[in-house]
Amino acid sequence: MRKIAIYGKGGIGKSTTTQNTVAGLAEWGKKVMVVGCDPKADSTRLLLGGLAQKTVLDTLRDEGEDVELDEILKPGYAKTACVESGGPEPGVGCAGRGIITSINMLEQLGAYTPDLDYTFYDVLGDVVCGGFAMPIRDGKAEEIYIVVSGEMMAMYAANNICKGIVKFAQSGKVRLGGLICNSRKCDNEKELIEALAAKLGTQMIHFVPRDNVVQHAELNRKTVIEYAPTAAQADEYRTLARKIDANKMFVIPTPLTMEDLEELLVKYGLAA
Amino acid sequence: MLDSTPSTVADRVALKINPAKTCQPVGAVYAALGVHGCLPHSHGSQGCCAYHRSHLTRHFKEPVMASTSSFTEGSSVFGGMANLTQAFSTIFEMYDPDIVAVHTTCLSEVIGDDIPTIISKAREEGRIPEGKVVVHCNTPSFVGSHVTGFSAMVKGFVKYLSESTGTPSTAINILPGWVEPSDMTEIKRLVAAFGLPMTMLPDTSSVLDAPATGEHAFFPKGGTTLPEIKAMGDARATLSLGTWASLDAATLLETTCGVPFQDLDLPIGLAATDRFIESLRGLAGVEVPAQIEDERGRLVDVISDMHQYLSGRKVAIYGDPDHVIALTEFCRDMDMLPVHVLTGSVGNAFETRIKDILADSVPDANVKAQGDLFLLHQWIKNEPVDLLLGTTYGKFIGRAEDIPLVRVGWPILDRVGHSYFPTVGYLGSLRLAVEIISAIQERQDRDAPDHAFELVL
Repeated sequence: MRKIAIYGKGGIGKSTTTQNTVAGLAEWGKKVMVVGCDPKADSTRLLLGGLAQKTVLDTLRDEGEDVELDEILKPGYAKTACVESGGPEPGVGCAGRGIITSINMLEQLGAYTPDLDYTFYDVLGDVVCGGFAMPIRDGKAEEIYIVVSGEMMAMYAANNICKGIVKFAQSGKVRLGGLICNSRKCDNEKELIEALAAKLGTQMIHFVPRDNVVQHAELNRKTVIEYAPTAAQADEYRTLARKIDANKMFVIPTPLTMEDLEELLVKYGLAA
Repeated sequence: MLDSTPSTVADRVALKINPAKTCQPVGAVYAALGVHGCLPHSHGSQGCCAYHRSHLTRHFKEPVMASTSSFTEGSSVFGGMANLTQAFSTIFEMYDPDIVAVHTTCLSEVIGDDIPTIISKAREEGRIPEGKVVVHCNTPSFVGSHVTGFSAMVKGFVKYLSESTGTPSTAINILPGWVEPSDMTEIKRLVAAFGLPMTMLPDTSSVLDAPATGEHAFFPKGGTTLPEIKAMGDARATLSLGTWASLDAATLLETTCGVPFQDLDLPIGLAATDRFIESLRGLAGVEVPAQIEDERGRLVDVISDMHQYLSGRKVAIYGDPDHVIALTEFCRDMDMLPVHVLTGSVGNAFETRIKDILADSVPDANVKAQGDLFLLHQWIKNEPVDLLLGTTYGKFIGRAEDIPLVRVGWPILDRVGHSYFPTVGYLGSLRLAVEIISAIQERQDRDAPDHAFELVL
């Protein structure tokens, strides 16, 4: 089983990219489980056709520690298995602890079955505390893909996430598989992200262009692959899925200093 | 048992061995027990509360009541509001205290539960009955020590309850610091001898030294009452005993209610008791009562008569900073040599103060704040002492190095008496001096060869 975690700055399109990529793999016949690790619990909405999922933590709260797997694991598009970790209301409790709790619970309940080809962890924004690093601790996700765009703060977040990966890579098997550029139509965006990837010692595994069909699909609570299977954007996600499936480049990244990062931005961002 | 302690002291950064302190909440529980009709409440998992209760019981040999929010995995993720609001309902229904004193734990601190918000929500929901009081303090154990927690809880009572009505009273406030119920009784006796009306906060006498009557009182008769704490804001002065345990609350009383304070040491030993008595004399505007003068005279008499057993004896003193400061000064004044002085609590001021006390008599003494008993043991291996003065935890060093231990401070888990007989004031200091002299004489007898085994010492 390939165990993959998707990280990236908040709002960059992690959940959309993850679900469309998963749809691409599932449509192709792969058996995939998606574990949403965001308290907002919106990581499986497009696969399930709405926020239909009762989260692991809500179940834990309502029913105590005696939770059954089928209460929290719902089948989605093309036989994907969908889990939302969930979490507390904004401003209270500890969302990081929630992720630790729910992943431990999934392991105890035997959610990681041998027939799975892939597990995807879709993790909230920055790795703000130990809980959000849970999916990349030893024995969990082994491949990280970072969703990024040509915007300064997205790249800054990506670089920061790489620092977290370095820490865990030294003691475990986690490696960076590449950057996924989710285009914001910035100047020289493809070249910029390719240059960033090179500096980090990795690759830009795919450049996903911006297309309004993604919005339409989201409003219809579907992935692009389900909503508009013949659209060009659907093929972009299928391509990303195949590239991930074929990927052999797994590295311990080499994060940049702030000065190097800014220099990169000036070089490409202002060159247009 | 501690045979492997090496004598070479190596720098240690991230390791404590045999710590000389414990968690903040245990201090918050002890302080809250000194308020009448108060139930200490631990906002966290059950284990914290169980440990603090049992540790206090082991010291006082008395039941210690406290409730807990009983966090589960779910509460640590979703926050402890549901548990604490439910706890209020249960507490007032089952135990009906006048006041609940909530303190936090490491877990509720890390997840960031906002206790004032939870208290006001519980009040809105009617879970806290009319006329009942809930106060709180924050006690993360990754900061400070049990003394910090005690200080925070005392300050919490003042913050929530003390008010200035604008009409000053003739009373004074005594913040006794972390001392025994017996010490609190003795301090009250001394203050009363000057004819000074007073409120002491907290006051664990008649709580943790309660007599056996055949009936169990869930809330014993002792403790500072709510109206008394409220009226502390109108007092004309506060005597803060023990900087680490009392100064924060004294400062708050001054800034919010305009009550001036004096920052004093615990009145243990001749000089510290002199300063305390002098403060009382100043506030009362009367001569020192003859009875207290006599008590002082007896202390002076005993330590003079027994000077030969005390003079030049090396002693290692460890424990909580307020105690250790007073004990160090007392030992110095009895011509003993405190060569090793250590606390587990935080504070550069501790080291400065001890060095100041010992500047003339033991200028090269080993002094450390945030130390541990492993270091103390190493010091002793390099410079042996005649006596250990501190908590029960030192008994292992005493056994390893064959050194007598006089138990003083908190906790004392293996003897009784501390909660019934004071160590403060001239009488308490006399008791302590007698224990020190007896330990030294006992040792002399034990070690004496037949020809030097004397009938009269």
